[in-house]
Amino acid sequence: MELILALGIGVLTGSGVWLLLRPRTFQVIIGLSLLSYAVNLFIFSTGGLRTGAAPVLERGMAGSLATHADPVPQALVLTAIVISFATTALFLVLLLAARGLTGTDHVDGKEKSR
Amino acid sequence: MNGWMDHLVIAPIVIPLLVGALLMLIDERRRALKATLGVASASALLALAVLLLYLTDHTATGADATVRVYRLGDWPSLFGIVLVLDRLSAMMLVLTGILGLSALVFALARWHKAGAHFHSLFQFQLMGLNGAFLTGDLFNLFVFFEIMLAASYGLALHGSGLARVRAGLHYIAINLAASLLFLIGVSMIYGVSGTLNMAELAVRIAGIAPEDRGLLEAGAAILGVAFLIKAGMWPLGFWLPNTYTTVGAPSAAIISILSKVGIYAIIRIWLLVFGDSAGTSAGFGGHWLLIGGVLTIAFGSIAVLATQNLARLAGASVLVSSGTLLAAVGAGQAAVTGGALFYMTSSVLAIAGLFLLIELVERGRMVGADVLAVTREAFGEGEDEESDDDDAIGVSIPAIMAILGIAFMACALLLAGLPPLSGFLAKFAILAPMLAQGADGLPFTTWALMAALILSGLATVVAMSRTGIDVFWASPAGDLPRVRLVELGPVMLLLALCVALTVQAGPVMRYMEDTARSLHGSQRYIQGVMAPAAPGTGKGVAP
Repeated sequence: MELILALGIGVLTGSGVWLLLRPRTFQVIIGLSLLSYAVNLFIFSTGGLRTGAAPVLERGMAGSLATHADPVPQALVLTAIVISFATTALFLVLLLAARGLTGTDHVDGKEKSR
Repeated sequence: MNGWMDHLVIAPIVIPLLVGALLMLIDERRRALKATLGVASASALLALAVLLLYLTDHTATGADATVRVYRLGDWPSLFGIVLVLDRLSAMMLVLTGILGLSALVFALARWHKAGAHFHSLFQFQLMGLNGAFLTGDLFNLFVFFEIMLAASYGLALHGSGLARVRAGLHYIAINLAASLLFLIGVSMIYGVSGTLNMAELAVRIAGIAPEDRGLLEAGAAILGVAFLIKAGMWPLGFWLPNTYTTVGAPSAAIISILSKVGIYAIIRIWLLVFGDSAGTSAGFGGHWLLIGGVLTIAFGSIAVLATQNLARLAGASVLVSSGTLLAAVGAGQAAVTGGALFYMTSSVLAIAGLFLLIELVERGRMVGADVLAVTREAFGEGEDEESDDDDAIGVSIPAIMAILGIAFMACALLLAGLPPLSGFLAKFAILAPMLAQGADGLPFTTWALMAALILSGLATVVAMSRTGIDVFWASPAGDLPRVRLVELGPVMLLLALCVALTVQAGPVMRYMEDTARSLHGSQRYIQGVMAPAAPGTGKGVAP
């Protein structure tokens, strides 16, 4: 379980960083999205991973971190998802504006002279 | 203490939130109403900040009650969200208030007509800044950072145009990546320590198991990188001069404090969490701050010397000022930190004044005029806007050039740190305690910092006098800038405040030294936040 999650986060981060460093704006925004998925999964994983545990509390049992995942990171990840979604949308608008104004989708607003 | 007085702490966040939301509902054509509401809110914020500063410094119970804690929903601070007001936050609130009011008044002359929703964005910017300065919780700091940044994206692009969109694209991409680093850092710290409250974290850090300590320190370092990107430390600050050069003058003036938010976060968290009580982690990363700061000063000085353009010069000065602050804080002595805080106040005011001034100076020249022309073209603002210029002063007499020239000279003196203005006192306040401490030979880093501070001053003097001669003396006196009183007023206010800082340096320095002492001995902050809430009162004020 831990291994699968760690590999997933690693693959997302690696792809995200690679795309972030590419020269096309569309690649950059996809890179940022992949990175934010990786970060969201990472935050989620800091609460501890359990399989087959009760989602909230079991009847007649006091909840503790020994038996349940920590709920705080799950609350944090919701906030992080909303914020990164909003800022990505804003970036998308700017990306379209840059495409319209410069006539190219290069991140510097002009093609490299060959 | 009255009930309503305790709620003042959250007012700097609530007022701009409500006013900004209200302004969005008002039609864009009712500019006078929007401007009135915006200025009223900014003035209220400044008044409130000054009141909070006064209360923090002179509380009824004497010099001890310097930390004011506001628990949202009256949850104990372990579970709930807290806002904390201490001397440092109060000082930053006042700085934000001053910059906010001056930039907004400046914008009333023409910039607020250059695009939609300027006033709402401006209020949200103030809300994000105030929130970041007040929060006592790492995750809330992230949320307020995002509010602040989202508003700054809007303000940076205000007026549109090719150059702004191009620079804005880089600015937003870098800050989005930095926000992700922020989240990674925060979640690593939470995963190890189990808390997001800064005071609680400072208590727990001494008891972290040795095998987890590396992970916690890695988390703190990643968090630090996120802050240093905002602060513009070399080599993370290459985006900064580009962005600051292209944005409109009022936006640049308010955005210039964003780099100081990064510094604020470092001062707050680093001194609190990695203070003397942190066990083996005490002073973690201090050398990096010091070395990074010196390198930033060096890079900033070279950039200052290399630039041909006034706005870029101001952008490079932001780098120099960030570097000076980082290095001085990294030195890790209370007296030096006091000097650094004084320097921060002086340089924030001077740089904001310079950004506003540059727009006025460049107006008569072709360089700045073309940016404005693009703006007007995009939003259909014709020359008929000029017809209401009854209060234009010095429309075509050279006196206006003289006034602008003197203001420019004052900015140069402030930024270079030459007497008689407060820039000199600030640099002196940083250097003097460093020299005083070691009679038996100073460490190499101290010498490096001293050399960097003095050489950066020299570079600033050279660059600013060269540009000043070029702009004020050597350029043909054909078209004088048309300057209105509402534009000149804020610049003069900012510079007058720097003069006031110089004249009243004694009391101000006393305040800064108290601030630095309470930052370095953070017991009171921790006790203030951790103290149980008074039952049933809906408030919690530190004893």
